[in-house]
Amino acid sequence: MKKLRKPVFACAPAHTLYLGPGRKEFHPKKPRPGIEHYIFEAGKDCLAQVADPAALDEAVIGNFMAARFNKQGHLNAFMPAIHESLLHKPCSRVEGACGSGGMAVNTAVKSVLADQADAVLVVGVEVQNTVKAIYGADILAGAGHFSRERKEGHAYFFPNLFSDRAGACYERYGRDDFRKGMAEWYALAVENARRNPNAQEHHNADPDLRATGLMEPNPKAFLEHINVFDCSKVTDGASAFIVASEEGLRKLGVGKDQAAEFASVAHAEGDITKDPSDLCRLDTTAAVAAEAFELAGIGLADLGLLEVHDCFTVSGLLSLEAVGLADAGGASGFVLDGQTRADGACPVNMTGGLVGFGHPTGATGVRQAADLVLQLTRRAGDCQAAFKDGKNHAMFINMGGNDKTLVSAVMRPALS
Amino acid sequence: MDLSQRLENVAVIGAAGKMGSGIALLVASELARMKLSPEGKGKTYRLSLIDRDHAVLSGLLTYLSTQLVKIGEKKTGMLRALYADRADLVENGQIIDTFVSDALSVIRPAADLNAAAGATLVFEAVNEDEDLKVKLLSQVRQSAHPEAWYLTNTSSIPIASLGKKLELTGQIAGYHFYNPPAVQKLLEYITCADTAPDLKKGGYDLAKRLGKKVIEANDIAGFIGNGHFIRDGLHAIATVNSLRGDAAAWAPAVYKVNRISQDWLIRPMGIFQLIDYVGVDVFKFILDVMNAYLPGQGLQSEFIDALIEKGVLGGQNADGSQKDGILRYAKGRPSAVYCLGKSDYMPLDPDGWTGTADKELGALPDGFRPWKKLLGAKDRADALASHFATLAGMDTEGARLGMEYLKASKAIGEKLVADGVAADTAAVNGVLTNGFFHLYGPINEYTG
Repeated sequence: MKKLRKPVFACAPAHTLYLGPGRKEFHPKKPRPGIEHYIFEAGKDCLAQVADPAALDEAVIGNFMAARFNKQGHLNAFMPAIHESLLHKPCSRVEGACGSGGMAVNTAVKSVLADQADAVLVVGVEVQNTVKAIYGADILAGAGHFSRERKEGHAYFFPNLFSDRAGACYERYGRDDFRKGMAEWYALAVENARRNPNAQEHHNADPDLRATGLMEPNPKAFLEHINVFDCSKVTDGASAFIVASEEGLRKLGVGKDQAAEFASVAHAEGDITKDPSDLCRLDTTAAVAAEAFELAGIGLADLGLLEVHDCFTVSGLLSLEAVGLADAGGASGFVLDGQTRADGACPVNMTGGLVGFGHPTGATGVRQAADLVLQLTRRAGDCQAAFKDGKNHAMFINMGGNDKTLVSAVMRPALS
Repeated sequence: MDLSQRLENVAVIGAAGKMGSGIALLVASELARMKLSPEGKGKTYRLSLIDRDHAVLSGLLTYLSTQLVKIGEKKTGMLRALYADRADLVENGQIIDTFVSDALSVIRPAADLNAAAGATLVFEAVNEDEDLKVKLLSQVRQSAHPEAWYLTNTSSIPIASLGKKLELTGQIAGYHFYNPPAVQKLLEYITCADTAPDLKKGGYDLAKRLGKKVIEANDIAGFIGNGHFIRDGLHAIATVNSLRGDAAAWAPAVYKVNRISQDWLIRPMGIFQLIDYVGVDVFKFILDVMNAYLPGQGLQSEFIDALIEKGVLGGQNADGSQKDGILRYAKGRPSAVYCLGKSDYMPLDPDGWTGTADKELGALPDGFRPWKKLLGAKDRADALASHFATLAGMDTEGARLGMEYLKASKAIGEKLVADGVAADTAAVNGVLTNGFFHLYGPINEYTG
């Protein structure tokens, strides 16, 4: 990919509540809002932050599997219902499994870079609690290579892929040390989520998260190498924000103090027909992060916040290695040393990440980008990162499938 | 004929009842598993579910369909392996649906005992009524395989007696399932001196295959579970009588003893709530059976007789909710206590009579945590030890009654071992912790 040929900004971030098991409001047998409720709530909360929503030229929605979770395709046609100004304008729905949200961000940026639009509404949504987890596993397995992998796969298909990755890491790096790192990841995710009122784990009151995280996996009940605490949640939720050119910001009536600027956007694709070459590495994640850094012209030393795709605690740890924050096998120690905490070398997933905030699959990339806007404009409340010592850049990495569809972006304050 | 061969033709008598339907579900699930396993390929399995009419059988099939889906959802991993050779079954949903169809395909509902023709394994799950069991099984014998095994679901009736009356000595064993059978892990397995060795082993193996935690009990009326529960209930009733003296103040005494047994003993529910759950009439049935077989042990209760006379029966509604009994219930929680003297319920009144009773009982030990909080607590053993140690040193009515109750429960448990009902302390404690969900066995060190 190329460097951004002109300034591209992000503004008006919004999240719905991320609802699912763990939230006090959630009851599996009671009626819950449908997918359009989430689309409209996130979209309208986003547009409420701009002076002139009619300045929108386009909309993109990221979603993975509404056609199966909600029996609803054609999500792009919901965009004009968010605001009338989108009627008869281009609206697209993009899909790249759990990387759908990141692809929506990238698609919007490309429209602005191509001078096709000055302001693009970006929405990410997934509503997954419509089916029990055992059937949800079937739907999410669509992020793998169905004809090659599903029949031989586990009932909980994706968790098992990452259980296998965890098992390989145990063998290579030592089980106890690696598990301690996973448990610490879980504990930090929940502790961060407790400061985030929208997070699915916000109400988690477990007094000993590390002991919980270290509970022995039970392959009879779940999987061989990980337990349910190592997994991100089954979440209903949506996020939204606006991608805009300088002209777009002006037309929307948004000041730069309320915006972040993209320093780079990178998209890398792995080959879904092939197994990972090394279960202890996230190759495509490493590739996309390297490209995002290079295009932005910055390095790790400039990063004051990182958002990684911890769909499982093991993917969180391996992402740190892929980015270069830790050497191979070093992520566990890096986390245990407190380097990912708010006062660590590089704060990570300050709002809880996928394990703590929740993981409405197709929405997550948009959620990550919207969170970075909140952070870079100092509106992240109790989850605010400090961006000390001139480390004024933030990065997100959004992953689809088993390290296949990767989108990453580096952002910085628009007024820097 | 080995156990697997016997399972090719099974009958459940009383299949649509509360216990029978659960047993039918467990057996249907196991037969489906066998049918799908390599050794079951090509074999025909038959599960005759027999009850009094087609209306209840229709409800049974609806129940089984729903519950088989839930079993499929819990055991999807195992099912994926069983269906590994079916290329057309890829998703969990397809596999679960097919499992349900396969399980239902072995079922033959019938309103005629002759449907047990040729059955090599017969489960009986009719009411806890010895005459009824004898009558129905006598008819089943006419058509079942002459060497069939009979597994009777009973919580109190001695197996040797049934075997003798049915002329089935050696072919019959007792399965005391706990309610609901498909959920409760515990099964008390009762054999007697005459039980054929292959049945003794086969019955045990089958219970394990049905996923049960098996605890063997000797063939003495009431076995371990009811041997303790009934006597525990009688101790509670005796305490009620001593608390009220000659007064007609039944309700405060019942209220206090119920609280003592729940809070001071940290049990899942109070003793009178448990009697209501089981059913006052069922309690009476079991009491009568035990009294008939164990005369002279005081296994009678005027209190229970009087309640039944007044129509205070407890038990469950069809939807599983609690019927009013010794206590009245609102949203599943006690809201009033039946007063025999007044022949009416007295609503709980924290500002009035229940408040007075609470005051008389006194405070619970500092740091008290109820059963639900302690159930999953990592410091459960220490917390229980501390609770009872504190209780022993307290000078309140509640502490005195609590320690007396604890000691009575222990004495009952020890007597079950001494009388040979249970092989050892572990069997008694195992039944009470697994079947009644007590946090600790009755035979413990907490009495000092």
